[in-house]
Amino acid sequence: MYTVNLAIMIPFLAAIIVPIIYKRIQKIHIGWFVFLVPTALFLFLVSFIPHIANGETYLYTLEWIPSYNINFTTYLDGLSLIFALLITGIGALVTIYSIYYLSSEENLSHFYTYLLLFMGAMLGVVFSDNIMVLYVFWELTSISSFLLIAFWYHRKSSRDGAQKSLLITVSGGFGMLVGFIMLYVMTGSMSVREIITTISSFHDHALFIPAMLLILLGAFTKSAQYPFHIWLPTAMEAPTPVSAYLHSATMVKAGIYLVARFTPVFGGELTWFWVVTIVGIVTLFWGSFNAIRQTDLKALLAYSTISQLGMIMSMIGISSVALRQGYSVNTVIYTQAAFAAIFHLINHSTFKGALFMVVGIIDHELGTRDIRRLGGLATLMPITFTIAIIGSFSMAGLPPFNGFLSKEMFFTAVLSVRELQFTSEVWMSLIPVIAWVASTLTFVYCMIFVIKTFLGEYKEEKLEHPGHEAPFGMLFSPVVLGFLVIVIFFFPNVLGDYVIKPAMYSIFPQLGAEDLGQHISAWHGFNTELKMTIGVIVLGTLLFISLRHWKGIYNWILPEKLSFNSLYGNSLEKVEDLSKFVTNSYMTGHLRDYMVYIYIFFIIAVGGTLLNTKAFLFDLEQYSSISEFEWLITIGMIIAAIAMLLAKSRLTAILLNSVLGYGIAIFFVIFRAPDLALTQTVIETVTTVLFLAAYYFLPEWKKEDSKRRSKVVNAIISVTVGVLFTTIALAVQSGKLFESVSSFYENAYELAGANNIVNAILGDFRAFDTMLEVVVLLIAGLGVYTFIKLKARKGDNPLEDK
Amino acid sequence: MKTNNVILRAVVKLVVYIILTLAVYLFLAGHHSPGGGFIGGLVLAAALVLLFVSFDIETVRSAIPFDFKKVAALGAFTSVMTGFGSLLFGQPFLSQTFAYFDLPFFGKTELTTVTIFEAGVALVVVGVVVTIILSIVEDV
Repeated sequence: MYTVNLAIMIPFLAAIIVPIIYKRIQKIHIGWFVFLVPTALFLFLVSFIPHIANGETYLYTLEWIPSYNINFTTYLDGLSLIFALLITGIGALVTIYSIYYLSSEENLSHFYTYLLLFMGAMLGVVFSDNIMVLYVFWELTSISSFLLIAFWYHRKSSRDGAQKSLLITVSGGFGMLVGFIMLYVMTGSMSVREIITTISSFHDHALFIPAMLLILLGAFTKSAQYPFHIWLPTAMEAPTPVSAYLHSATMVKAGIYLVARFTPVFGGELTWFWVVTIVGIVTLFWGSFNAIRQTDLKALLAYSTISQLGMIMSMIGISSVALRQGYSVNTVIYTQAAFAAIFHLINHSTFKGALFMVVGIIDHELGTRDIRRLGGLATLMPITFTIAIIGSFSMAGLPPFNGFLSKEMFFTAVLSVRELQFTSEVWMSLIPVIAWVASTLTFVYCMIFVIKTFLGEYKEEKLEHPGHEAPFGMLFSPVVLGFLVIVIFFFPNVLGDYVIKPAMYSIFPQLGAEDLGQHISAWHGFNTELKMTIGVIVLGTLLFISLRHWKGIYNWILPEKLSFNSLYGNSLEKVEDLSKFVTNSYMTGHLRDYMVYIYIFFIIAVGGTLLNTKAFLFDLEQYSSISEFEWLITIGMIIAAIAMLLAKSRLTAILLNSVLGYGIAIFFVIFRAPDLALTQTVIETVTTVLFLAAYYFLPEWKKEDSKRRSKVVNAIISVTVGVLFTTIALAVQSGKLFESVSSFYENAYELAGANNIVNAILGDFRAFDTMLEVVVLLIAGLGVYTFIKLKARKGDNPLEDK
Repeated sequence: MKTNNVILRAVVKLVVYIILTLAVYLFLAGHHSPGGGFIGGLVLAAALVLLFVSFDIETVRSAIPFDFKKVAALGAFTSVMTGFGSLLFGQPFLSQTFAYFDLPFFGKTELTTVTIFEAGVALVVVGVVVTIILSIVEDV
């Protein structure tokens, strides 16, 4: 039961255990323990491949908040299996790599806790069927990515990069949440599968297009699509294993997953086709164009990732046309675009993961990753060089590497766009042209990556360490990935039939076609696609050779002032200034002013409601008469209250205040509310001690000399609040607005086995509230503790400036 | 100035046991009568505060060597974890249950999962109250 749900929870549980093991076991590197988690999950998921290939799917539901339709439902099908295999497979390789990459002096328990947190969240994203649960995991990936980017938090650039990625991806996530809520409003369901079956009757709904665009916003920000791509290059401040894992192989593909998952929901719409395809193509071009000018190898790979993500995105966009036109021999060509997209997604994870690890090795062994300082490493680092060749030639789309196959299929897809009827031909023929130009640029930066780093002149004086090959442990993972790149080229149909084909059924469930699969072949005749590839190589080589002569165009095409980066920077600055201004305008530092805000709001909101609903009417007749004893206590309390205003010392005021408190407790006793009386008494006792303790440190109590006018205003406010509150207390019995809810709880004994209804409500019926209140109480307590105890000592080095 | 509060200390030594007993009683009684985790925890905290007030902090610390921040954290952890407990039985998060058992000496007794939840609440209350008061008092 619930095996998939458990698979999501295992990384989280491991994340809890990691710090404990890290403290106890010093001899074995903690990474080896972490390594077991993705490996076990990977093997577990591999065992599903034959079943999934037969068209089976697995659905498990764990009821979470059934009253709000929010259930922890997992759905294992072809699409989610591919992503889960990537998450666990690459995760295992990255863990091995990180064991050798990070020195043991780093804070390893934090690193692996965040990594496992991410792994669990990411599995949650791809397996969740319930959109609310999906959203929670989605934001959790953003948060763990934030923590990992800021792993070296003493660097300013790391903190800035982390902040940027968090701001962009989380605001996109908020948009997505709104889109999800709109979907729920339309269809009345939170399950993606149910939405797919019912959505066809809502295509004309007013919320349909807004929901689509908002969900796309979430996907585009996460997958670094233009113009939201700016966070990905700065996210490269993270340790390289993180960049290889989160920012190329898995997390940034969550947006692709989302678009693929929602293709059956929105795919029939033209807007969807246009937005996804155009954004994808523009990102493809812009990423590859920018990659060429980078001098930092990691930044180059970041832009290349952006570009490749755009390419996958555009293919999924093109494939959505098939849903619009229905299944026929003519439309099958469009579904092939999705097939190519998933194929390339897998390929990209293999070669880009390998390339990131290569850069990590160079950075780790030589102390720099600036191509201006590198060169001639081929003979010194032969294995690294080989992997770099495999990875970048695959990325450039050359045989015999897997990138060649998917790049050819990409060309087929963009060429097929020309045959679409619903729009002018000029626009349609532009798409293949842009795709071709972008592929040429991709070829150029792949050559830069290989040739500038590994060939040419060896400049030892510019390196921090002399060139030498990396240890076996660091080479292991990239070698495995590089090996995969070649294996996939020679046996692509194993992957196609068993893994990609089932995913196609998830993207096109409506088509009901027998065979959405495709036979991948390396040689398919001397057709247009092959000619395009040859053109890419020829023009790309020419451009690479003449790079020096045309590099100048970047300076006048892309002035720093007009970039999205400076837009982001400026708006962040402006927003901070504005919020400072607003906050300073009302945060006076006087407690009295804050009280005035609270009470004025109380008067307006509560008093306004009372007036509006006419609920302030009450009839004294219905209340019982007041006995003499009660009069006595009341008069005593009134005297204490007035005396408090005239008190000369704090101690007197506190004691008078407790007279009020205990007076209320006596009333609770008289009116037979023993539990309230108990609570009131104990609270009164504890707070009195607290006040005494706190006031011990305060200076002498002085009369505040404020202006007469403000005194009068304050008096009016306090009298109004008093009158209002008394009115509420008297009028509350009339119960005009709502039915009383107490009938719901009356059978507490049968439902919860409790005679004390109040406690049954607290601990059972509304235990969620109590649980969160308890957590809030804990946070408040820790807040007081940190405020008082953890002051920055003089002479301590501020951590931030390192 | 050192005040001589022998009488207070003598009385407190005795009274604290009564208060602690009351706290335990209130905690257990909460299911059917006035009481419960919150009040039980508060009374327990009040007993501790009384000890801190009448003796000095160091003496009480050496007798009750708990880190009250950890007590509070343990409480919150317990409460949240009881929510996950019900998931293991395929029930929604935070479902509580109860059953009647025949225990020796106690006879027919009702045992509930709410008690564990409330124990967490009580621990948080004790931990937070003592932490706040101690950190304010010790801040010299």
